[in-house]
Amino acid sequence: MPCQETVPDHILMADAPARATVSSGGMRPAQRERMMPWVRNAVFVGCCLVVAGMVAGRLLRRAPFREPPPVTSPAQQVAGFQPVSERVDAAQAGEWNGAGVTPASRAPDLVLARRLSLALTGTIPSLEEIRAFEAVRPEDRVQWWLSHLFEDRRYSDYLAERLARISVGVENGPFIVYRRHRLVSWLSDELRKNRPYDRLVRDLITAEGIWTTKPQVNFVTVTIDQNNKEEGPDEQKLAARVSRAFLGVRIDCVQCHDDMFGDRWKQKDFHQLAAFFAGAEMSMTGVRDDAAKPYEFRYLRKPGKEIVPPRVPFHPELLPEEGPLRQRLAAWVTHPDNLPFARTLVNRVWALLYNRPLHQPIDDIPLDGPFPPALQILSEDLVRNGYDIRRLIRVIASTRGFQLDSRSEDPDHPVAVEQQKLWAAFPLTRLRPEQVAGAILQSASLRTLDGDSPAFTRVLRFFQENDFVKRFGDIGQDEFDGFGGTIPQRLVMMNGELVRERTKENVFANAATRIGVVAPDDDTAVETAYLATLTRRPTPVEQRHFAGRLREGLTLKRSGRMEDLYWTLLNSTEFSWNH
Amino acid sequence: MNPTNPTPEGACGTPDHISRRTLLRLGGAVGLAWLTPVSRLLAREAEAAPKGRPARSVIILWMAGGPSQLETFDPHPGSKTAFGTRSIRTAVPGIGLAEGFGHLAEVMGDVTLVRSVVSKEADHERAVYNMKTGYRPNPTVVHPSIGAIVCHELADADMDIPRHISILPDQWPARGGYFGAQFDAFQVQDPRGPVQDVANPLARERQERRMKDLGVVEASFGRGRPADLDGATTLHQVTMARALRLMGSDQLKAFDVQQAPASQRAAYGDTPFGRGCLAALRLLEKGVRCVEVTLDGWDTHVNNHKLQGARVGILDPAFAALIRDLKERGLMDSTLVLCGGEFGRTPQLNPLGGRDHWPSGFSVALAGGGIRGGRALGGTDPEGGKKEPRDPVTVQDIHASILHTLGINPAKEIKTPVGRPLALSDGNVVRELVGG
Repeated sequence: MPCQETVPDHILMADAPARATVSSGGMRPAQRERMMPWVRNAVFVGCCLVVAGMVAGRLLRRAPFREPPPVTSPAQQVAGFQPVSERVDAAQAGEWNGAGVTPASRAPDLVLARRLSLALTGTIPSLEEIRAFEAVRPEDRVQWWLSHLFEDRRYSDYLAERLARISVGVENGPFIVYRRHRLVSWLSDELRKNRPYDRLVRDLITAEGIWTTKPQVNFVTVTIDQNNKEEGPDEQKLAARVSRAFLGVRIDCVQCHDDMFGDRWKQKDFHQLAAFFAGAEMSMTGVRDDAAKPYEFRYLRKPGKEIVPPRVPFHPELLPEEGPLRQRLAAWVTHPDNLPFARTLVNRVWALLYNRPLHQPIDDIPLDGPFPPALQILSEDLVRNGYDIRRLIRVIASTRGFQLDSRSEDPDHPVAVEQQKLWAAFPLTRLRPEQVAGAILQSASLRTLDGDSPAFTRVLRFFQENDFVKRFGDIGQDEFDGFGGTIPQRLVMMNGELVRERTKENVFANAATRIGVVAPDDDTAVETAYLATLTRRPTPVEQRHFAGRLREGLTLKRSGRMEDLYWTLLNSTEFSWNH
Repeated sequence: MNPTNPTPEGACGTPDHISRRTLLRLGGAVGLAWLTPVSRLLAREAEAAPKGRPARSVIILWMAGGPSQLETFDPHPGSKTAFGTRSIRTAVPGIGLAEGFGHLAEVMGDVTLVRSVVSKEADHERAVYNMKTGYRPNPTVVHPSIGAIVCHELADADMDIPRHISILPDQWPARGGYFGAQFDAFQVQDPRGPVQDVANPLARERQERRMKDLGVVEASFGRGRPADLDGATTLHQVTMARALRLMGSDQLKAFDVQQAPASQRAAYGDTPFGRGCLAALRLLEKGVRCVEVTLDGWDTHVNNHKLQGARVGILDPAFAALIRDLKERGLMDSTLVLCGGEFGRTPQLNPLGGRDHWPSGFSVALAGGGIRGGRALGGTDPEGGKKEPRDPVTVQDIHASILHTLGINPAKEIKTPVGRPLALSDGNVVRELVGG
């Protein structure tokens, strides 16, 4: 058997099944046929183990991969983003100077890799990815990592789900006429092509047809009242979505009365916006527009209903004069001069990357400012570059601010609240439930669980229905609540099935066991477990402590000690927080 | 991170609830030096404990799907809307219940029906939100449910188990809303089995070793970060200490109804819901503030009468036994029981023999909490001609009234995380219902 020669020594010495393979390797076919079934099984198990060991052994080696990973030069892939990042840097440095705040130092590269993986794929880097990342020249790592993630199906799937939450929420919506997962898949396909954001939004607002064959129609059909199907899509809910999700204004607050906290909005602003959706009706061929149907509404303290004309609440000069109502509205929303549209996306992408929006509340950005300088710079660049979401992500991720550490190097002068407020230190935020689930699954595998892996797909695609996410507590649409952890979260991590299943003795499925088997020594085992779970190497104190645990004379099996190590790392604050 | 993080003293799941003594004991036994800053944080616990205030709690029997008022608390036998539904007499002359409520009929003197609840929500998800929070869904803010408000507003003595619990939760269990996830209902399934994720099969020394090891990782994460990181931001170690305490608590036995006498169990009915009601009583006796017990299956768009009847058969013995037991234990005045769903059902039958959603005149039942029993307020048109019921009561008015009976001012304003002040309830207290 060929594998006999290539298996590293430390695997051969690791345990019995591997030795069994070696000893049966030289048998002739005739001998094999006579083998008892259990021997055949042992051979099969042994072979699998050896192959698994080869893969793991390679990943465990401290030396990087021999062949360099496929790196295209960042300069070839994206041009001209660096000056924009530098303008943001200058603006932020000005703010820090003005407030007398010292920024934290740059975060270690692996911390940046973890941040970006969590933000863009909803999970942590695999050991395999970490090896590849570290094989890249330090100065190229962040850009290479971004390119790597953008090409991964996990990126488009995860971003699609996040965008779906914004545009249609998390509700299951009306049965039959609404297919949320179709919308998410469509968004994912479009994001994979890096289709400009303004075109995606135009498609959503103007969608016509059947919700199954034209997935974007679900943006409209989700608003249908199940009990009142003949009423068709709800103009008011649609107006609220458009204003909040795409324009960052809460005009829906004046749905029932004029603005009580200021004089910006009148009740008619909201209903005139809603009037653009008056024609959208359900027909035999799905959602269609009936141009003749007016929008009627009875305003507060008015005797009866009146016909409300379609008008936009600001920048009326950007609204096309001709065309079907929804087309005109979509053109106005996404008009290059309609900066609130760009600012809203910038704020959301910032929030995606930092887990905290640049302007809070995320969907209530004042039309006339004042804006954080970064918001202005990024929005203008976004418009100039055709609403390219990947470029925007790259610009933000390349700023000095994004790459700052979340802690201080000097333990005597820890990070202060003031630094976090001004983005002079990376904010510490709780991971979302699906990020925690994704991170647990990934940490249990040394190889990358990509979009094709059933376990990973299940968590991402259906994370609403996922038992772990439910128990952990899905935060729904209130995305950035800033709350701390909860008791059920700790219980599900300490005693729950997912952690137990993914850390217990299982040499095929679980990295914890495999690392314990194939690592050449205890130090490597500890270091590998840290990399696979926390995306960093242990400190000398940690290294000594846990290597000692693996060595000490306990009755517990080695797989049990590795399980304990994994359990400990998964239950740490560090694992559940973005930092 | 969030300076408005509202965790007042004595609220569910706040640090104040972790017994200092337990923690110190734990710390001493396990060598959890890394947990000691937490115990210091908890030193105020003794001061925070309220004195001489009667316990106040709520049990919500949640009828998911929308029960038919006509087949439950508001029957109109012989009318155009009955379609064969009959009514039975109760202990209170003049008040009838639908057939099948034989047990509840006997304790009718302790129950008050509101037969004229109205809302504007006819979609399940929105109506559930409306009924559980007293507010219509609003994308700017997530409102807390009754249980979360009660936990937030009423200080408590120290205890091991969470004080807001949802038994047999459906897809929309009670939430903490703007008070934060720590006010969410703690969810448990059929109390016949063990509580999920609480059992820890590890040997004691192995668990202790893991906890000690965790201290090493926590110390390294804490380097270069604020000293009060855990107490002010992550609550990670604080909630972990609470979880440990829950895992080792004797109070967990309250969930296990198998420990109750067989005759008592039989009275509630051998159903998950019946066991849930019994567990609710046992939890209340331990000091839990709010328990929600869900009975699903009321969404009868098809074959209404038969399906509603089957649900009534489950609800009736459990509801009645709960009232009897609360009375027997002298807990009736300090406990409010509310039974209802997200809306009612249409007076007309559809072609499939079903009734559809009907938010314009449906029923809830209330008992205890100082509310005088044996009454039926409001009423719907027996012939189904008039849409508006007599003396309509809005969902928010029900909420305001419940808060009032618990000694909580419904108009009290809370500064929400988005910076907007909001009243706990924007309804009016229904004086006729609560008296006074």
